[in-house]
Amino acid sequence: MADNEYCTFRLDRLTFGIEVHQVQEVIRPQPLTGVPRSNSVVAGLINLRGQIVTAIDLRKRLELPERPEGEEAMNVVVRTPEGEVSFLVDEIGDVVHVDETTFETPPDTVQGIARELITGAYKLEDRLLLILDVLKTVQLPATV
Amino acid sequence: MGAARGRRSGGRSSEAAPVSEIDEIVGEFLVESYENLDRYDEDLLALERDPKDTEVLGSIFRTIHTIKGTCGFFGFANLEAVSHVAENLLGKLREGELVVTKEIANALLATGDALRGMLSDIEATGEEGERDNADLVATLERLHAGAPVADDVPVVTEAPASDVGEDVAIDEDAAPVTDDEEPPTPRLGDLLIEQGLATPEDVALALHAQELGDKRPLGEILMDQSKTPADEVDQVLASQANARGLAESSIRVDVGLLDELMNLVGELVLARNQIVQLVTEDQDSSFASASQRLNLITTELQEGVMKTRMQPIGNVWNKLPRVVRDLALSCGNQVELVMEGQETELDKTIIEAIKDPLTHLVRNAVDHGIEPVERRIAAGKPETGRLVLRAYHEGGQVNIEIADDGAGIDPTRLKAKALEKGLITAQQAGNMGEREALQLIFNAGFSTAAKVTNVSGRGVGMDVVRTNIERIGGTVDVHTELGVGTTFKVRIPLTLAIIPALVVTSQGDRFAIPQLNLLELVRLEGEQARNGIELLHGAPVYRLRGRLLPIVRLDDELDHTRRDDGREVINIVVLQADGHQFGLVVDDISDTQEIVVKPLGGHLKDATLFAGAAIMGDGRIALILDVLGIAQRARVVSQARERSSALSDQDVVAAVDSDRQTLLLVGVGDRRAAVALSEVSRLETFDASTLEWAGGHEVVQYRDEILPLVRLGDAIGVYGTTAGEGPLEVVVHQVGGRPVGIVVDSILDIIEQELHLDDGDGRPGLLGSAVIQDRVTDVLDVAAIVANVDPARFASDAFLGA
Repeated sequence: MADNEYCTFRLDRLTFGIEVHQVQEVIRPQPLTGVPRSNSVVAGLINLRGQIVTAIDLRKRLELPERPEGEEAMNVVVRTPEGEVSFLVDEIGDVVHVDETTFETPPDTVQGIARELITGAYKLEDRLLLILDVLKTVQLPATV
Repeated sequence: MGAARGRRSGGRSSEAAPVSEIDEIVGEFLVESYENLDRYDEDLLALERDPKDTEVLGSIFRTIHTIKGTCGFFGFANLEAVSHVAENLLGKLREGELVVTKEIANALLATGDALRGMLSDIEATGEEGERDNADLVATLERLHAGAPVADDVPVVTEAPASDVGEDVAIDEDAAPVTDDEEPPTPRLGDLLIEQGLATPEDVALALHAQELGDKRPLGEILMDQSKTPADEVDQVLASQANARGLAESSIRVDVGLLDELMNLVGELVLARNQIVQLVTEDQDSSFASASQRLNLITTELQEGVMKTRMQPIGNVWNKLPRVVRDLALSCGNQVELVMEGQETELDKTIIEAIKDPLTHLVRNAVDHGIEPVERRIAAGKPETGRLVLRAYHEGGQVNIEIADDGAGIDPTRLKAKALEKGLITAQQAGNMGEREALQLIFNAGFSTAAKVTNVSGRGVGMDVVRTNIERIGGTVDVHTELGVGTTFKVRIPLTLAIIPALVVTSQGDRFAIPQLNLLELVRLEGEQARNGIELLHGAPVYRLRGRLLPIVRLDDELDHTRRDDGREVINIVVLQADGHQFGLVVDDISDTQEIVVKPLGGHLKDATLFAGAAIMGDGRIALILDVLGIAQRARVVSQARERSSALSDQDVVAAVDSDRQTLLLVGVGDRRAAVALSEVSRLETFDASTLEWAGGHEVVQYRDEILPLVRLGDAIGVYGTTAGEGPLEVVVHQVGGRPVGIVVDSILDIIEQELHLDDGDGRPGLLGSAVIQDRVTDVLDVAAIVANVDPARFASDAFLGA
C-alpha cells in the first residue's frame, strides 16, 4: 500500500490493478488442466515449475462477458495465505504509480459481484484503475 | 579413549568461541547422546539375555563413557556424576567381577532414563536441571560394591574399576573384553607400515609432501612414487573403510533440505522430459546422446533422492523392546518380543506417523493380550508369551503385523461392554456378527480392560490408533482367536509423496487412480461389451464372478458428455473404498506409474472427486481420483457379502432397523418397495414364455435348478400388477442355500440411506414403510414373503423325477 504501485491488467474494457507486493509473477498463457465439478470460475490448474496452481478466470469471477474464442489468457500469479493462485486476464499492462488523492470508492458504473471485489478506483488521466481485493477475489462462493 | 580426549582438548580451545558455536556443539552432543542412549537400552536388553556378550557390554560402556567425557568439559556436573558411577559399575561388569542381574539391568536402564531427563533439561533450558539422582547414585554404588562373582575370571587388580574408562587397553590378556574396544580409525600410513607395504620413511615423506601442500591422498602419493603397488593400497583402504564403521560413514541431514531437494529433482525431471522430447524432433546426434545421458542421470538422481527419505522400520521398533520389558515387569507376565523384517523401508514421514499407533498396539498386546504367567500355565501354554512384530512389502504397501499368542478377544464380552457403555443398543448387539463386534474396539471411549492400568485400558487409544493410521492412508484390521491370540494387521502406503497409480483417460483427459484402491481390471469386448453391463433403471451393475458389482461411469461423474454406449470395448476398473467395491468405467487404461502427489489449492475443497494432482512426464497435470469421494458421490455401495452370509434370515430382518441401509428399490403396481440389498443374491430377467408351473408355484429353470417364483404383488396385497407378456424382473433371494425368486414389475434403483420405519398398515410381508426418495415406500420382509415356498422341495430328486 505504502508505495502505491499497482500491477495493471485489462479485462474486457476495464483496467484493473493489484498491489505490486501481492503479485508473485506474470506469465504467458499456460496449458490448463480442467477440474470437473469444481467451481465454474476455476479455469483449471497450471503447472508452475512443478507446483500446482489453481487458475481463476477473472472474467467469470467478475461476471464479465466471456473471453472471445481463440484469445489466450495471461496469468497473474498472486500470493494468498492459501498459496499461489493464478488470475487469468486478457492483457498485462504496466506497473503504475498512483497518487493517493485520486482514489475513490467504487463508482456506480461497476455493478454486480464486481462491486464487492473492487475496493475502489484511482482516477488516472485517461481511464479508471479499478483496484481488486485479492483476498476476497480468491474466496470463491460455495457452489452446487 | 583417544577420541574422547581429543574432544576434551578441542572443547577447551573452543571456549573462546562465540556462544552460538558452543550451542551448536552442545546441540550435536545432545543429538548424539540421545541416539547413543537409544542403542544403550537395546544393548542392555541384549546383555540381559546374554550376559557373556562382551561386544554388547563394550558398546554400553562406550556410550556411558562418551557421555561422561563430553559432559565433563561442558561443565554438566550432575550428568557427569551419574554417568561416572554407572561407568564404574559397568567397569566391574567388563572386568568380569560382576555379572548382569535383573537388578543391575534395572539400575542401568534407570541410569539411561535419568541421563535422558537431564539431557532434555539441557535441551530446553541450556542448563542441567535440579533433578535429584541421589537414590540412583546410591543404588549404582551399592551394586558396584557388591561381591565379585566367584568365577575363575582373573581379577584385575592393576586397574581400579573407576579408572577403566581412562585406560582400557591395560591388560589385554587378563581382560579379553577390551578386545572389542573401538580403536580410533587406523590411519592408512600406519596400516601400510604394519603390513609391510611401505616403510615408515616413505610414509613420513609422503605425509610431509601433504603438509607442503600436496593435495593428493596419501595412498596416491605413495603409488605415484612407486613405493607401494596400487591394488594393495586399494585393499588397505577398503579395510580402513570397514574399520570406520557405520557411525562415521553417515551424516545427519535436515529433513527440510531433503524435501527441498526432492522438489528440485521433480523440476529437473520435468526439464529433462522436455529436452528428451525436443531431441526426437531435432535429430542432432551429439545432442541426442547428451540428452540420453541426462535422462539416465536424472532418473538415478531421482531414485537416490527418494531413497534418502526412506528409513527402515527398525528405527521405530528399536524402542519397543524396552517398552515391552518394562511393561511386562509391571504387568507380571513374561513376553518374548520377536521382530521380523526390521529392514523394511518406509518414508520418514510415515515412520513418524506410525510410531505412536504401533507403540500403542504393542502395549495393548503386552497388557491385555498376553496373560499373566499363572493363567498361561493353567491354559497349558508356555510361560513366556510371544509377541511377534512382522513387517513386509506387499503390492506397493507395507504390512505390519503385531501378533500375540495371548488370550484373544472375546466378541461376546466386547458386545456386553459396548452395551453397558451405551455405545450400541441391545438390538444392534444381537445383530452383530463376530467381525463387526471386533470392530468395536476401535470405538472412541471403549476399553475392555477389567482394571485400569497406567499403560492402557483408559478407553482412549484404539480409536486414536485407527484415526492416525487412516490419516496416512492406511488401514488397521484385527483377527483374533479365543485362547490362541490376536493379530493386528496394519497396512500403510510406502510413502505419502510418491504413490503407484493407474492412469486412465476420460474424454482425452488423464486421471490417476491410486493403486491402493485398485482391485482388478475387467475388459469387456464385442458381445460382452454390449450386454455385460445391465442397466437397472439408473443403477447399472456388472456380474463379476456371480456377484453384482455396482457400475459408475467416470464420464458421468466428471460431468463429461457420455459417448454412445455402443462401444466395442468397455474397460472396468474394479475399485475398493472403505470396504465397498464398485466398477468404474473409463475410456481407456494407459499404464501404471509412480506419481508425486501434490495437493490441490484451497479453492478446490469442494471438488471431492479428487485427492490431489500430479505432474506427468510431459509436464501436463493429471488429477488424482479420490475413490472414496467418487463412491460417495455415486452412492454406490455393494453389499457386504461377509456380513450377509454371517447373519441368519432373522438377523437380516432385525437389521433393517439399524442406521444406514443399502436398499434395492423395486416397483410393484403403482407402489414402490424396498428390500435390503443384503437379502438379494442376484437380479435376473426371464422371458415370460419360460414360465412353468410346478408344485402349485410358478417356476422357471435357472442354472440347472428350478427356481420357484413368488409374485410380490400377490404376496403383499398390491393388485393391478401387470401380469403381461413382457420379461419378468426377478429378485433372487436365498433360503437355506436355495434360491427363491420374487417377481417385481421393475427394478428402480440401488440406494444407501438411513431407514426410519413407520409401522405401516400391518399388511403381510411388510416390515413397515419409510420415505425413500420422497416417496412412501414399503419395506419388504423377505422372509415372510417367501415363507410359504420351500425351495428345498424343488431341489429334491423325487420332485425332479416326478
